[in-house]
Amino acid sequence: MVAAGIDVGAETVKVVLLNGEKVVGSSIVRGGLDRSKSADEAMDEALKSAGLSRGDVERTVATGIGRKEVEFATAVATEIAADARGVTVLFPSVRTIIDVGAEEARGIKTDGTGQVTDFAKNEKCAAGVGSFVGSMARALEIQLEDMGPLSLESDKEIPMNVTCVVFAESEVVSLIHAKVPKPDIARAIHGAIATRTTSMVRRVGIEKEVVFIGGVAKNPGVVESLKRHLGVDFLIPEEPQMVGAIGAAMIAATAN
Amino acid sequence: MAEQKPEFWRWHEYTWRDEGKNWKDYEMITAGVDIGSVSSKAAVMVDGELYSYSLYRTGSSSPDSAHKAMQGCLEGTGMTIDDIKFIVGTGYGRVNVPFAHKTVTEIACHARGANSMNAGVRTILDMGGQDCKAILCDERGKVQQFLMNDKCAAGTGRGMEVVSDLLSVPIGDIGPLSLGVNREPPPVSSTCVVFAKTEAVGLLREGFDVAEVLAAYCAAMAHRVVTLIQRVGVQKEFAITGGISKNSGVVKRIEKELGVEAVEIAPDAQLAGAIGAANFAKDLLAKQMARAGG
Amino acid sequence: MLANYGYSDGSGTYYITLDTDKCNGCGDCVTACPQQMFLVEPDDYDDDKVVIKEAMRKDVKYLCAPCKPTAGPRELPCEATCAPGAIVHSW
Ligand code: SF4
Ligand code: SF4
Repeated sequence: MVAAGIDVGAETVKVVLLNGEKVVGSSIVRGGLDRSKSADEAMDEALKSAGLSRGDVERTVATGIGRKEVEFATAVATEIAADARGVTVLFPSVRTIIDVGAEEARGIKTDGTGQVTDFAKNEKCAAGVGSFVGSMARALEIQLEDMGPLSLESDKEIPMNVTCVVFAESEVVSLIHAKVPKPDIARAIHGAIATRTTSMVRRVGIEKEVVFIGGVAKNPGVVESLKRHLGVDFLIPEEPQMVGAIGAAMIAATAN
Repeated sequence: MAEQKPEFWRWHEYTWRDEGKNWKDYEMITAGVDIGSVSSKAAVMVDGELYSYSLYRTGSSSPDSAHKAMQGCLEGTGMTIDDIKFIVGTGYGRVNVPFAHKTVTEIACHARGANSMNAGVRTILDMGGQDCKAILCDERGKVQQFLMNDKCAAGTGRGMEVVSDLLSVPIGDIGPLSLGVNREPPPVSSTCVVFAKTEAVGLLREGFDVAEVLAAYCAAMAHRVVTLIQRVGVQKEFAITGGISKNSGVVKRIEKELGVEAVEIAPDAQLAGAIGAANFAKDLLAKQMARAGG
Repeated sequence: MLANYGYSDGSGTYYITLDTDKCNGCGDCVTACPQQMFLVEPDDYDDDKVVIKEAMRKDVKYLCAPCKPTAGPRELPCEATCAPGAIVHSW
């Protein structure tokens, strides 16, 4: 039996196909404004990678902000449930999950069986979530992928007032005018995300092992900064942005 | 976005003086200086009556802006700073008015000033370029309750500028355009300006026209400000000050949602802080004189 | 006077209300708060009253987070220590 998990996030749509416990196909596509269309595209791409067709998929669980817009889904799961399940499959020893996505960040505590025992969220303010880094990359006029590596070139803590993305954009512009090196600005931006994430996770309590997932976990600048602020080491899966989709697929595979 | 944009709210630098008064005939000469993030204002009072005031754009240094505003009040009067017995400074953040005898918070000055210009005012909503304040005061202009929001661009002039950029509509046209629509789309649901921008683009794709999207944004902004002001409660009279008070699209929707109409503040709502500061200066001077006398 | 310090943004509303009519200027909150957010200083009318440090006002949600665990009891040190009950959190 093939089970599918689809994670419709704010910026990307991810699909994972499982046969038993084995991943047989996956995809990640940029989401458009029409989420149900993006979901279809992502599903078709994953099926193609696995050499399967829609008829082969027995059950599909959708998660993510746009989970209700996936017409072909048989069930939905919250992002928190999907994260916990996905992490448990990958790292059974993990108890604390930090997930920073484009429009939402979460701290989740799990008991090791995939059950959620507690969680806290940052959402609906761009200053505490991943899209902050994207806006700042535009203000700095550099590619988003270059932000992390660039910030690692800096060893300076510059004071930066980053409480709001909109105000921060103007501040970045004046820092550039004041000839502050871009690596220092990038570092300050990552530091701001890291402090917010840290205080959110502290609310649920940090219990080992800790894992960092979500698209932002691919940014080495945030990773470094988070390590400094959190004061503990953490694991990062190879594809941190796929964990929600893996969890959703697991939920689909084991539902009866 | 990189270039420094002029304030769009179409106000001019100017000075005013009461030609009918000779300051030498008065005893208590006091002044208030209010250095905002955008505009710098000063007001001189003689025995508690307005004598002169000035309004300029704030430059990069707040001491220089303070001097400029003060000089604007003095020019042509023969008065010098040393003739002013007490000066109170106020403004945004850690202001620096080097010649002030005392600093009073902008909230207290704003309430005092608005109330002294229109004695009935109890609730003041100040919507500035970078912040939004709601103040409740008593009949003497003393603050009873206040709330400030300067963390988030939503509900501020800056948030409106983002939308004006996005839709390429000059800020001054937003109000009238947004009021001219035949159908109102649902208000933009995201508070966050960043996410609201995405929503606005979505509305355009769905076939709403620019004016309708503006209406949706003005309604969202009005709603946001209303929820803030409701935390302090609204008592009559209700006055709106600050840059967005000139945006009819937001003001009309606030009035509608609150069910209260805003009153005018003459001569210029922008002077509330400076005039309030000059009033504080008068009280402080009176105290000082009483102490010296007794 | 009810002074509301804090903010409201897309994620919610976070205000700490300080009632300066109740505050007696004792300064107990200054020592109780692990983040040292409070200050007792002369207000505009020359009475010693509590305020929240200016630099911290836009960050209360994050600064107070350790005092507000998602699970378990949440007796806030500031609210608990203030005998006249001048400190109230909105969230
Ligand atoms: S406008 Fe700024 S502070 Fe407000 S919700 Fe958006 S990012 Fe956060
Ligand atoms: S909740 Fe804690 S950190 Fe926040 S003001 Fe009170 S004592 Fe300070």
